[in-house]
Amino acid sequence: MIPKRLAAIKFEVLSPQEIRRMSVAKIVTPETYDDDGFPIEGGLMDTRLGVIDPGLKCKTCGGKAGECPGHFGHIELAAPVIHVGYAKLIARLLNGTCRECGRILMKDERRDKFVEEIRKRIAMNQNYDDIIKEVFRLTKAAKKCPHCGAEQVEIKFDKPTFYYEGEHRLTPKDVRERLEKIPNEDLPAFGIDPKIARPEWFVLTVLPVPPVTVRPSIILETGQRSEDDLTHKLVDIIRINQRFLENREAGAPPQILEDLWELLQYHITTYLDNEVSGIPPARHRSGRPLKTLAQRLKGKEGRFRKSLSGKRVNFSARTVISPDPAISISEVGVPKEIAEELTVPIFVTPRNIEIAREFILRSEHPKANYIVRPDGKRIRVIESNKEELAEKLEPGWIVERQLMDGDIVLFNRQPSLHRMSIMAHYVRVLPYKTFRLNPAVCPPYNADFDGDEMNLHVPQTLEAQAEAKILMAVQEHILSPRFGGPIIGGIHDHISGLYLLTRGNKKFSREETIQLLRALDVSEVPVKDEYTGKEIFSYILPKITLEFKAEVCQGCEFCKGENCEYDAYVVIRNGQLLKGTIDEKAVGAFKGVIIDEIIRKYGKEEAKKFIDRMTQLAIRVITSVGFTIGIDDIEIPKEAEEQIEEVIRNAEKKVDELIKAYKEGNLEPMPGRSLEETLEMNIMRELGKARDQAGKIAGRFLGDENPAVIMAVSGARGSMLNLTQMAACIGQQSVRGERIVRGYTYSNRTLPHFKPGDLGSKARGFVRSSYKKGLSPIEFFFHAAGGREGLVDTAVRTSQSGYLQRRMINALQDLKVEYDGTVREQTSGVLVQYRFGEDGVDPAKSYRGKAVDVKRILKEIIEEVKQYGE
Amino acid sequence: MESELDRILSKYPFPESVKEEIKSELEKLNLPENKLKKVIDACFRAYLNNLIEPGEPSGIVAAQSIGEPGTQMTMRTFHYAGVAEINVTLGLPRLIEILDVRKNPSTPMMKIRLLPEYANDREKARDIANKIEATYLKDIADIEADIRNMRIIIRPDEEAMKRKGLDHESIKKKIEKQAKTEILEEGGNIIVQISEPSYKLLMSTFEKLKDTVVMGIKEIKRVIIRKEGEEYVLYTEGSSLKKVMKVPGVDFTRTLTNDIYEIYEVLGIEAARNAIIEEALNTLEEQGLEVDPRHIMLVADVMTADGELRSIGRHGVAGEKQSVLARAAFEMTVNNLLDAAVRGEMDYLRGITENIIVGQPIKLGTGDIELVLKMGGRR
Repeated sequence: MIPKRLAAIKFEVLSPQEIRRMSVAKIVTPETYDDDGFPIEGGLMDTRLGVIDPGLKCKTCGGKAGECPGHFGHIELAAPVIHVGYAKLIARLLNGTCRECGRILMKDERRDKFVEEIRKRIAMNQNYDDIIKEVFRLTKAAKKCPHCGAEQVEIKFDKPTFYYEGEHRLTPKDVRERLEKIPNEDLPAFGIDPKIARPEWFVLTVLPVPPVTVRPSIILETGQRSEDDLTHKLVDIIRINQRFLENREAGAPPQILEDLWELLQYHITTYLDNEVSGIPPARHRSGRPLKTLAQRLKGKEGRFRKSLSGKRVNFSARTVISPDPAISISEVGVPKEIAEELTVPIFVTPRNIEIAREFILRSEHPKANYIVRPDGKRIRVIESNKEELAEKLEPGWIVERQLMDGDIVLFNRQPSLHRMSIMAHYVRVLPYKTFRLNPAVCPPYNADFDGDEMNLHVPQTLEAQAEAKILMAVQEHILSPRFGGPIIGGIHDHISGLYLLTRGNKKFSREETIQLLRALDVSEVPVKDEYTGKEIFSYILPKITLEFKAEVCQGCEFCKGENCEYDAYVVIRNGQLLKGTIDEKAVGAFKGVIIDEIIRKYGKEEAKKFIDRMTQLAIRVITSVGFTIGIDDIEIPKEAEEQIEEVIRNAEKKVDELIKAYKEGNLEPMPGRSLEETLEMNIMRELGKARDQAGKIAGRFLGDENPAVIMAVSGARGSMLNLTQMAACIGQQSVRGERIVRGYTYSNRTLPHFKPGDLGSKARGFVRSSYKKGLSPIEFFFHAAGGREGLVDTAVRTSQSGYLQRRMINALQDLKVEYDGTVREQTSGVLVQYRFGEDGVDPAKSYRGKAVDVKRILKEIIEEVKQYGE
Repeated sequence: MESELDRILSKYPFPESVKEEIKSELEKLNLPENKLKKVIDACFRAYLNNLIEPGEPSGIVAAQSIGEPGTQMTMRTFHYAGVAEINVTLGLPRLIEILDVRKNPSTPMMKIRLLPEYANDREKARDIANKIEATYLKDIADIEADIRNMRIIIRPDEEAMKRKGLDHESIKKKIEKQAKTEILEEGGNIIVQISEPSYKLLMSTFEKLKDTVVMGIKEIKRVIIRKEGEEYVLYTEGSSLKKVMKVPGVDFTRTLTNDIYEIYEVLGIEAARNAIIEEALNTLEEQGLEVDPRHIMLVADVMTADGELRSIGRHGVAGEKQSVLARAAFEMTVNNLLDAAVRGEMDYLRGITENIIVGQPIKLGTGDIELVLKMGGRR
C-alpha cells in the first residue's frame, strides 16, 4: 500500500465572509454555563462548537467528546478593530497609497516593473523582501498622488495599533475605509496577493471563535471549573462588545464610545498576542499573564516546537543505567519489569499462528499482553480469557507479546548530539531495575554511571525493525562520521587491564591463562607451562599486521622502532602481538588503531566481536591482577618534597626578582606589549615552569608501577597534570587567563592579608600546596575563584553550543545526496555541491578523512603475493 | 615507468588527491604493469566502496559533526595563537563568529607576506610595516591645548618622526585636512588656530587631532614582524584587506585576513568559501577536535551557494527557507505565519520539519525510496 501524501499547504488570510461561512454559531453572551452546569446556547461553550464533557453530544456533528473535532463560531464585532499582527503592514499601506483615491503612490509603469520583478523572483524561488521594502520606501516618500494629484500627509504609526494623520487620530473604521479603496491591481507591488488577502481584512469586523476543544476547561479537585486562558479573553471581548453595542444603541456620548472601542481593541490585541510591546499584558486573576494565541505557538514550549516538531511516543521506557561488562556491546540489559510491560507486535499469518497462540497461552514472562483485532479493538490477555482468545486467533490479528531476548530496540541518551546518540541494541532481559550496557559503548552516548538515565524504544513494524538492525545497530556506528575513526572502544579499566597484561614480558601460568580466557570464545591454546601477556592478547586478535607507536611513547628524538626501550612500539604480525604495549592508542575509543584495522580488514561484525572479547579479557586481567588506587599512592617521600619545595622556592625568588626589576624600571618590555603585560607573562611562565618541574620530580618518585601513573600514561584516566596537582603542587589559579587580580580594588589587593599593590606569587593566586597536603585558607579562596570560572564556563558553553547546533541542523537539514552524487536542498532544489565533499567519499567510510587507504591496500596485496606467489 | 603509471591512472576517475597518493606510493616500488593494474584496481574498488550513498542526509551529519564537539570547546575568548603578541578569539566564540558571518569580528587579524625583494630584508619589511601600521599624531608629537589663545600646539617628536620616516609637510597636510582650519608653523611647532573662540570646539578639535592617523591604515592598530623560515612576515592586529593589498611591496596573493566578510567583499564568494573552510578547520583543530573537512565544506557551500554570504541562522540560511512551516518552527513563528498568509505562500512539504509536522515520512534516507513490492503476484 502506498500511503497518501499531503501535496501542499496554502496559507491565506481569512476574509470576514469566510469566517462567517465556517462559523456554526454566533456567540453573543459572555456567560458560559448555566446554573445546572450546562453550556449556554450562544455562549462560549455552546455545544454547537463541540463538546468536551463526557455524556454531551455535539449539536453540529453529533459526535461525543473525543470524537468531535470541534467547530468554529464567530463574534460580530460592534466596531472594526485592527489586527495587531498586521498593524505595521497597515501603516505601510496607508503611507504607500493615496489618501483620496487609494491608488499606489507610483506611476503604473513603475509599479508594473516592480510587479514583474517580484513575479520573476517568485518563479525562481527567490526571496523578494528587498523589492517590497523598496516599494514601501518609494511610495512613502511620494508627496503627491500621481493618479489624482492629491497632496499626501504622512501617517504616523503609534505602536501597537494607533494611526495619526497629523494630529488627527484615524479610527479603525477610517483605516478600513481607506484600505478598501486600494485597487487589486496595486496590491502585488506591496507583496500582497489580492486573490488571497484584501487589505481591509487586516481590520477585523468578525472574530472567529475557536472550538471548545481548542480551549478545554479543566475541573479542579474542588469541583470548580477553571476556564482556559483563551476563554477568559473571549469572555472579555464579548462583554465589551455587548457593552459597546448597548451604549451605542442608547446613544451614549462619543467619548464613552471611543473609550469602549479602545478597550475592545485592547482585548482583541491581547487575545491575539499578549506580549505586544507598548501595552500591559492581560493578566489572570492570580496575576499571571495570560497565554493567548501567539504565546501558544511561539518558542520552545509552543505548539510548533513542542507538539509539532516533537512527538510523544508509546512503547518506550526510561531508567537509570549501570555497567555490565559481560554483555556484548550490541546488547542492552532490560529489567524484567520493563520487558513485561513493553510489547512487540506479532502480525499473525498462517505460518506463525501457532507461535502466536503459544504466547497467548503462556502465563509467564514472554507472554502476550494484548491482542489487536482487525477492527482495531485491543483486548488485554488475562488468565481468564487467554484460552478463548487463543481459540479465536486468526491470521490478520496482531498479538502483542512481551519483550524478550533477541528483540531489537533503540537506545538513546540525551542530549542527542549526533546520530550515535540513538543506536539499536539487542535485548537481554535481566533481573533488577536498571538498563545495563557494556561500558565500551559509553563514549558514543557520552554516558557514565553516576545516575544517568537512558530511554529505550521498541520499533513496532517490521520495516522499522529491519532498519534498526541494518542501519542503527551498534556495530554500524563503530566508525564515527565525524572523523572516520572508531568512536567505540575500550575505556578506563579496559585500557589499564590490557596495559597490565601486555606491558613488558609478564608471565602467566597455564592455570591463570585458562582463567583469563575461559569466558572468551578462544578454542585453541597451545599447551605450555607459561604464557606471556602478549601471547594471551594475541589469542583474541584476528589476523592483522600492524605497526604503530603506543600512547606510552615518550616521543624520543630518534625512534628505535621495534627496539623501543619503553616497549612503546607496537608490532603485530599476522595476529601475533610481538612487541609493544597495548594501551589507549591501540584499543581506546576515538584512537583505537587496532579496532580501525580490524573493521577495515574484516568488517564491522568482527570488530564488534573483538571489542567484546577485548573488554572481557581486560576486565578479567584487571580483576585477577588487582588494581586499586588510594591516597597513599600519591604519597611522595620526604626527599621529593624537599626537592619540590626547592623548585618552588627558586621560582618564587625569580618572581620576586622580576617584580623588583619591574619596580626599578629595569624590565625590558616584549615587543608589542606593555611593561605590566610583560611582567605578568614572565611571572606566569616562571610559575608554570616550576609546577611542571615539581610534577616531573613527583612523577619520578612515584615510579612506573604506581597505579595512578599507570592510568595516566596508558591513557586510561587522568593525566600527569592531575597527578602533579595531587602529589606536588596545584599551581597558578587564574581568572580570564590572568592571575587573580580582583578583590579590594581601591587598595589594589586581592585579600586583606596582603599589602596594597603586592604582585607576589602568593598574593595573586599561586597555590603551592598539593591536593593531598591540603590548601591554606588563602589558597583555598583563590582555588575557589578559579574553580567558579570553570563552572560558569561550562554552563554558558552548553547553552551556546546547543543553540549553534540547532541553527546548523535547521540550516542544513534538507540537504540530501542525490543519485547523481550531487548535494541538493530539498525544498528549493538549489544545488549545493556537485559532488559531496568534492570527492564523493563518505567520511564515515573514509580512513580518517582519506578517500582510499592506499597504504593498506598495497600492504595487503604485497602480503598476498608473498603468501601465494603470483 | 612514470608515464605508464600516469597512463593507467588516467583511465580511472579518481579524485586528484587519491591519484597523487597512489602515484607516490607506487613510484617507490617500481612494479611491472600487471601488478600496477592490480593495485590500482584494488584501490578503485575501495574508492567505489567508500562513496557516499544516495539519500544520505549529508547536511544533518555535517551539522552534528560540527555541533557535537562544540560542547567540548573552550569558551576562553583570548588565546595566543602562533604569534604571542596578538590575541585572537578562539574556541566556540570564534566558531559562532564564523558561522554568523559577523561584519566586524571581535579580533580581526592579518598575516601579510611580502614580495621577494622585500621579504628577506628586515629593513625593507620594517618600512612596509611602518606604512601599514596606523600612526597617530599623539604617537609622534606632544599635543597641547592652549586655552588662553584658543589654539592647539603640536610639538613633533623629531626622533619618533624619523623612526617612522615622516616629515613636517606631510603631517601638516593631514592636520589641515582634519582640523579644517588654517595652521601655522612656529619654530618647528605646528599651531592650529580655532576658527571661533569656543571652548567646546577647542576640546573637540583637540581630541580629534590626538587620534588623527598621520600615517598608515587606520584599521590596523599594530604590526608585528616575524621571521618565518627565510622570509619576514607581518602580523597585524586589525584588518583592512583592500588597503593593505594596495601597499607596494605586499604580496597580496599570499596575504590573509581572518575577516571573512572582508574577503567576500574584496575577493568574492569563492574566496569567502575557502576562508570559511580554512578558519573553521583551524578553529576546530586548535581545540584538538578532529572533524572531517568535508563537513565544513558542506556548511561553507550552503552559506555561499547563491552567490551571497549567508549566515547560519535566522537572518541567513534558516530564515530564507522555502517552507513556511520550517521557518515558523525555527524562530519568529508568528511573524512568519502572518507574512506567509498575506503573500499566499504555499508549503510544498518537501523538507524535513514540514513532513514531521504534518506527520508523514520524510524524504531522506530510507524514507526517500519509492519502491513498492506487490506481494502474492507470483507464486
